[in-house]
Amino acid sequence: MGTEFSYYLEMAVRSLRRNPVLTALMVVAIALGIGACMTTLTALHVLDGDPLPGRSGSIYMPRIEPRASDASNEVLRPDQLTWTDGMALLHAARATHQALMVGGEATIRPGDPGVDPFIMPARFTSADFFPMFGAPFQFGQGWSAADDEGRAHVAVISDALNARLFGGANSVGRSIQVNDTSLRIIGVLAPWRPVPHFYDLNTGAYASPEDIYLPLTTARATQLPRAGGIQCWSTGSTEEALMESAPCAWLQFWVQLDSADAVKAYLAYLNDYVHVQHASGRFELLKPAELTSVKGLLDEKQVVPGDVRLQFWLASAFFVVCLVNTVGLMLAKFLRRAGELGVRRALGASRRHIFAQLLVEAAIVGLAGGVVGLGLAWAGLGLVRLNPNRSAQLAHMDISMLLTTFVLSVVAASLAGLFPAWRACQVPPGLHLKSQ
Amino acid sequence: MRLDIAPILSALRRHRITSTLLVLQIALTCAIVCNAVFLVSDRLHWMHTPSGIDEDRIAAIRLSVPGKGVDIHSRAETDLATLRALPGVEAASTINSLPFSGRSWTTGIRLDLSEKVPRADMAQYYGENAGQLLGAKLQEGRWIRPDEYAWIDDVATKRVASPHVLMLTEPAARRLFPGKSAVGQVIYMGDEGYRVVGVVRWLASAEGNRQTIGEAILTPFRMVPTYGAGYVIRTAPGRAGEVLAAAAAALKKVDPRRVVTEKTTFAEIRSDFFASDRALAAMLTGACLVLLAITALGIVGLASFWVAQRRRQIGVRRALGATRGDVLRYFQTENFLLATMGIALGMVLAYAMNIMLMLHYEVPRLPWGYLPVAALTLWLLGQAAVLAPALRAAAVPPVEATRG
Repeated sequence: MGTEFSYYLEMAVRSLRRNPVLTALMVVAIALGIGACMTTLTALHVLDGDPLPGRSGSIYMPRIEPRASDASNEVLRPDQLTWTDGMALLHAARATHQALMVGGEATIRPGDPGVDPFIMPARFTSADFFPMFGAPFQFGQGWSAADDEGRAHVAVISDALNARLFGGANSVGRSIQVNDTSLRIIGVLAPWRPVPHFYDLNTGAYASPEDIYLPLTTARATQLPRAGGIQCWSTGSTEEALMESAPCAWLQFWVQLDSADAVKAYLAYLNDYVHVQHASGRFELLKPAELTSVKGLLDEKQVVPGDVRLQFWLASAFFVVCLVNTVGLMLAKFLRRAGELGVRRALGASRRHIFAQLLVEAAIVGLAGGVVGLGLAWAGLGLVRLNPNRSAQLAHMDISMLLTTFVLSVVAASLAGLFPAWRACQVPPGLHLKSQ
Repeated sequence: MRLDIAPILSALRRHRITSTLLVLQIALTCAIVCNAVFLVSDRLHWMHTPSGIDEDRIAAIRLSVPGKGVDIHSRAETDLATLRALPGVEAASTINSLPFSGRSWTTGIRLDLSEKVPRADMAQYYGENAGQLLGAKLQEGRWIRPDEYAWIDDVATKRVASPHVLMLTEPAARRLFPGKSAVGQVIYMGDEGYRVVGVVRWLASAEGNRQTIGEAILTPFRMVPTYGAGYVIRTAPGRAGEVLAAAAAALKKVDPRRVVTEKTTFAEIRSDFFASDRALAAMLTGACLVLLAITALGIVGLASFWVAQRRRQIGVRRALGATRGDVLRYFQTENFLLATMGIALGMVLAYAMNIMLMLHYEVPRLPWGYLPVAALTLWLLGQAAVLAPALRAAAVPPVEATRG
């Protein structure tokens, strides 16, 4: 079989060389189809990604309806909590991990007075944020629940901020000036970027993760500015001083629940909580609590832009045209060799042999198309990244997409070759001998 | 050699599969290009949505909020006085959002306090003289008077009563009060009633779709940066960019501890807002060109194959008196017939594809006008692509008849 295959290979290469124009046309047709398809597939793959691979399955967002019945804004299923409820659920600690958080802005004042202060996105959260989301540490570690209670002046910073302020050195133990507060750095994260930015879609579905993390309690005590979405009802206003008592939902709360039983138990706990609040008159609407998974939230909020899917469908249609084109060209190419194939059949080559040989030829065309297509997809992604949108900036090709490109290309070309090869095998052995 | 269609058709029947594939390819190309070009023009149309403001005169600056213990009213007034004193600045105000800025503030609107559910969520413009400063045009009624404005934080904390007047854009007025004048009507935001005193012709909101982009409310609140607003300046036409840098520097001089977080001209805001539409349009245009190129290549390939297959037959025709022009025309007519079949099938496919897009995406119905243009394009493309192989066929000498 091995020698047979190498014989087919040799024959195929020889025949492909014989009419280079037709071969080139086929390769270009497949390459363009593959290139367009992979460009959009990659964009989709990146955007549709799992933010916490291997972990997101056990992360949930508890949702309760805290509003009074006079709620003027009928948005169901709020995806944020009030301070009162957030703190209650956080302190109840009924999940493996739970973290209450909100986005914010940190004005960082470098020690050097000659350097202008700059603003970085911040996250004000609680101790479990790091273990729950699996944020990787380069140096040091996160803070403890005791730090949350004590409003400790501690911070965890990103790899990027560490590079900017300390040249990438281990900065644990050093201090950083944020707004009017001095914080002690206790941890430096390794590069980490959950995509999409699922834990707070209000700050941008494809936002970068924050550059500085500090206890929510500390941020509130030092009046660091918040950022993100806020839903108010009744007498709620966004007056900063009243945020902790206002009827406004502005905090994100996530829990880790490791089994189906844990999910069930947590949901029961949440519903108990809702009933107690309703009985006390705090909640006027008695709506069952919900636990939304990471994937569920991304689907619900339609985080993957419709345009990307539209592009994908058009690229697929495009690929079909390229395939039809390739089938036509292969047919032309194979039938042109009817004479040669007739001779080979007359000399004893079986239909199976001819078929195999032609398919090998088609696969080679597919492989060549894949190589060129990969180049085109690479260039295409470069063009996609010219789009100033943040989501587009993430479109890079990874190993799995690289392999998919080749597999798709070879499979597509082989499929396109099936029918022409079968047709070519129908050439009766004698006929063409006579006409020669 | 006459230009008879019958013999061409019978010849085509002999290579039925390759012809069918070519027809299919032309049909798919026609369908995809029709829909893609339509999507592109649709996006271009959306990208040119008017803002209703003097776009070349507007720029915005945002600063980090001042530290503790700063009187936010006097700080805002100092900042605005600083901006107004700058050469080139005609007016300045503190406004929460700008058309297409993406920073949308919306409020549920009720027309009666007994309504349980608000009938609309509408975008809001907060800021003193926001409409006049931006250059919106008054259509009916009057502007909000200077004495009718109150500081937003005073109203929020109930230190002063809310001034109960507001303005609507014309699309908002039409939606809330169809068939009658909105001026003098009362609408409710939260539990507070506001009387409509004027209607502006058009003021695009910060965010929204085609149906809602023009619906907005101008409220009688004087904004402060701590409530999330930015400073907006109005300059002489076309000078927004140059004045902007000086304005940002001047604000920074008032309090060097503040950081400029945003400094943009309206032109940049518009460009950013429509960036993804522009990218989609560019991508689809590129894809269409590539697709047409592939189809042309396919035609060249198959026509070359047919010419090569029929060399002897062509030689015989030439020996029997057909001119080179006859041979050329034969292949051109053949291509025309194939293209016509492809285009006919393609139009059906184009509509099928459009219906699918309409079902799954916000795509309007494909107008008929695209079809003749697509047909003409594909006919011309086919004729151009077949020319080289046809010329090669025409060059076949009569003596070829004696070969083989």
